Amino acid sequence: MKLTLKIWRQDNANSKGKMQTYSIEGIEGDMSFLEMLDVLNEGLINKGETPVEFDHDCREGICGSCSLQINGEPHGPDRMVTTCQLHMRSFKDGDTIVIEPFRAKAFPVIKDLIVDRSAFDRIQQSGGYVSVNTSGNTLDANAIPINKQDADSAFAAAACIGCGACVAACKNASAMLFTSAKVSQYALLPQGQVEATERVENMVRQMDLEGFGNCTNTGACEIECPKGISLENIARLNREFLSANIKG
Amino acid sequence: MSVLDSKVPKGPLDQKWTAHKNKINLVNPANKRKIDVIVVGTGLAGGAAAASLAELGYNVKTFCYQDSPRRAHSIAAQGGINASKNYQGDGDSNYRLFYDTIKGGDYRSREANVYRLAEVSGNIIDQCVAQGVPFAREYGGQLDNRSFGGVLVSRTFYAKGQTGQQLLLGAYSAMNRQINRGKITPYNRHEMLDLVLVDGKARGIIARDLVTGAIERHSAHAVVLASGGYGNVFYLSTNAMGSNVMAAWRAHRRGAYFANPCFTQIHPTCIPVSGDHQSKLTLMSESLRNDGRIWVPTKKEDAEAIRAGKLKPTQIAEADRDYFLERRYPAFGNLVPRDVASRAAKERCDAGFGVNKTGEAVYLDFDAAIMRYGKEKALISGQKDASDSEVRVLGEEIIAAKYGNLFQMYEKIVDENPYKTPMMIYPAVHYTMGGLWVDYNLQTTIPGCFAAGEANFSDHGANRLGASALMQGLADGYFVLPSTIGNYLADDIATGTIPTDSPEFEAAEKEVMDRMAKMKAGKGLHSVDYYHKKLGKIMWNKCGMSRNEKELNEAIEEIAALRADFWENVKIPGDINTKNQELEKAGRVADFLELGELFAKDALTRNESCGGHFREEYQTPEGEALRDDENFKFVSAWEYKGAPKDAVLHKEELVYENIEVKTRSYK
Repeated sequence: MKLTLKIWRQDNANSKGKMQTYSIEGIEGDMSFLEMLDVLNEGLINKGETPVEFDHDCREGICGSCSLQINGEPHGPDRMVTTCQLHMRSFKDGDTIVIEPFRAKAFPVIKDLIVDRSAFDRIQQSGGYVSVNTSGNTLDANAIPINKQDADSAFAAAACIGCGACVAACKNASAMLFTSAKVSQYALLPQGQVEATERVENMVRQMDLEGFGNCTNTGACEIECPKGISLENIARLNREFLSANIKG
Repeated sequence: MSVLDSKVPKGPLDQKWTAHKNKINLVNPANKRKIDVIVVGTGLAGGAAAASLAELGYNVKTFCYQDSPRRAHSIAAQGGINASKNYQGDGDSNYRLFYDTIKGGDYRSREANVYRLAEVSGNIIDQCVAQGVPFAREYGGQLDNRSFGGVLVSRTFYAKGQTGQQLLLGAYSAMNRQINRGKITPYNRHEMLDLVLVDGKARGIIARDLVTGAIERHSAHAVVLASGGYGNVFYLSTNAMGSNVMAAWRAHRRGAYFANPCFTQIHPTCIPVSGDHQSKLTLMSESLRNDGRIWVPTKKEDAEAIRAGKLKPTQIAEADRDYFLERRYPAFGNLVPRDVASRAAKERCDAGFGVNKTGEAVYLDFDAAIMRYGKEKALISGQKDASDSEVRVLGEEIIAAKYGNLFQMYEKIVDENPYKTPMMIYPAVHYTMGGLWVDYNLQTTIPGCFAAGEANFSDHGANRLGASALMQGLADGYFVLPSTIGNYLADDIATGTIPTDSPEFEAAEKEVMDRMAKMKAGKGLHSVDYYHKKLGKIMWNKCGMSRNEKELNEAIEEIAALRADFWENVKIPGDINTKNQELEKAGRVADFLELGELFAKDALTRNESCGGHFREEYQTPEGEALRDDENFKFVSAWEYKGAPKDAVLHKEELVYENIEVKTRSYK
């Protein structure tokens, strides 16, 4: 395949970026999208140019490092995959592909296609945990029976990889799907009940402080989420938040 | 000759850990506030250690190269975590888990460490459940288990095919609690470039801020290295792209012995290589071997026809299929340990029975399981005479519930539907049992420098059993280090903050700067990846699934030559004082180019076959590994002396007091 790539280049957080055009040949359908960028970079290095920087690590769709807005969609055209799992067979010879970083006020660009998603860490730090010591002096694991359906739903929420596609997909750059997934995991489990009120209040407060936008229920986040995190989680967060306010 | 003191406590095996904990020194809470600990790596071992140490009251700094601790490669572990809970009532016990692990490791691990691991395994599950880790449950609300290779019980706890993710998020949540309290300061997007020793003790690190390029000095009273394994020395592996040996190797160069570098796990069930562009390999969880059957055609002409695209696997009659694991190892069948399964697959492919274009793949077939589950489901849902196609639909639903995400992953990569046609798999580098030598307290040969998780060598011998890596990482981090590190730090309560303006920090920083400048000054002939790929080819062809003296000698020479070429000719674009991913890669590959040679030297020295280390000269007539307990029942611990060829071997003799050393058999 021969492709034209339009890629966002930006030296650092303070410099002004711009789109740059590259042509690339010899791309095979079995290559992953990131392997295609590897080929581009190898060529740039050999020509004495600076390679395009992008975040990536596990390359199997679980670490959440890779991002990229591809032709306007987070993680590209396929559903339920991250960019590293997107294969070039989803494109055809002669295509032009526009590659940008995830765009959000709360995700400032670090370099080229790399953005700073530490806002997600800070939301988690504000309450995304159960305050239990790691001493091992806890109840026997089976002393806390959990209904299978609840356990499965908690798992489904906990499967979020924190990639930020939900934010990039949202016209308001809202982090509600991300935050609600974490709130939901604990809300669905007995272990999370004790701190439920503080958790949802603190996490929502931190989310707002980070400069994420409001949720207007457009649902783009759910469609673009590579892990299929459901909008139900947002409804659950709203319920939790409301009941926390009433209690509070 | 040995200077290695394992510090294994005296007394009966099952009381060693308790007795040790009762005797070692403690640091009182007020004094813990005066002590700083650096933790490098935030996977299961590092994340768990950081959280636990901070909770005890130490001031912890964590370092990871990823943008968040949550992305460490523990996250990619799929299948599960072992614990001797015996919830299934199938006869499991601490002793059995201990025994299976020692046997699985082909009698090359330390008894006392492994027993301790088994002893704390149950507690890990309690801990994780208390943290809100959503393990799989049965309908009665109790925890579910499945079985893994090399064992005859069901002791593996899991969360679909994402157990590592869920456990890591648990450790990360425990870290977050401490970050929120100000007890952990996280340094993300930072890489450790050197270890700093003051008066012979580990007292800090030199790190690079990967965003700004700034070189930083960080001091502490102890340094914990939990930086994972070195599988990426092979270039292609199931490790993350950034996984590297730098932290461990820098410590090695400063005096920490490196143990058993040649003990590498080649995992049998990975998606085969598809072409030269390939950047990494993807694992298909061992849990699939619970239900998948591994086979190749019995007739060579069928294999040839499949390779030529003239025949489909589903067209091969049952009688013409060779379920070679079931044939060779009837007792364990498809669930033999990983080293055994990998070698058996290689043997069939080398003999000409491989099934993909390259001839390097075997089938992993779920058809029998789909029909078996489907029939059961049909019966319990009242469809007494369901047709085959109805049964198949039901069976596929059950397989999807168990392994759905793995099947989806496979389909995305290979572009074939594994519900309809068998998966193709081939062994790939996955885990490294070798690592920094540590004593019972997880301390390396440098006082104050500890190693945990995959970064150390201690528990898996020459082969790791499935679902044991997560267990070891969390055991080290949550339960072992928090106790043993206190024993060391008890001497440091009056030391005060370690200054970073000492000559030692000065000198270490200068070395780091000089090294980067030297790399940047290369003639610029080839990219970093060029060297990494070349190294990977040497490693895979000559130090891979089977090894021999001639090729190991060649590997040693070729790697040394490649390393010289690298330092002269590598090309690093851009500025070294800013974000520069090529520079990051170059530093890691430079260390792999040293480790690779030591790896080959270690393999050459070990004149026996054991676990993942298979020397062609040492095998039984049936092609099984031939161990030599008389001469090689020891841990090889290498001391750095400049070039890898000059490394000096120290031996820790392995003593088995509680287990009879036998020939490993899974027949």
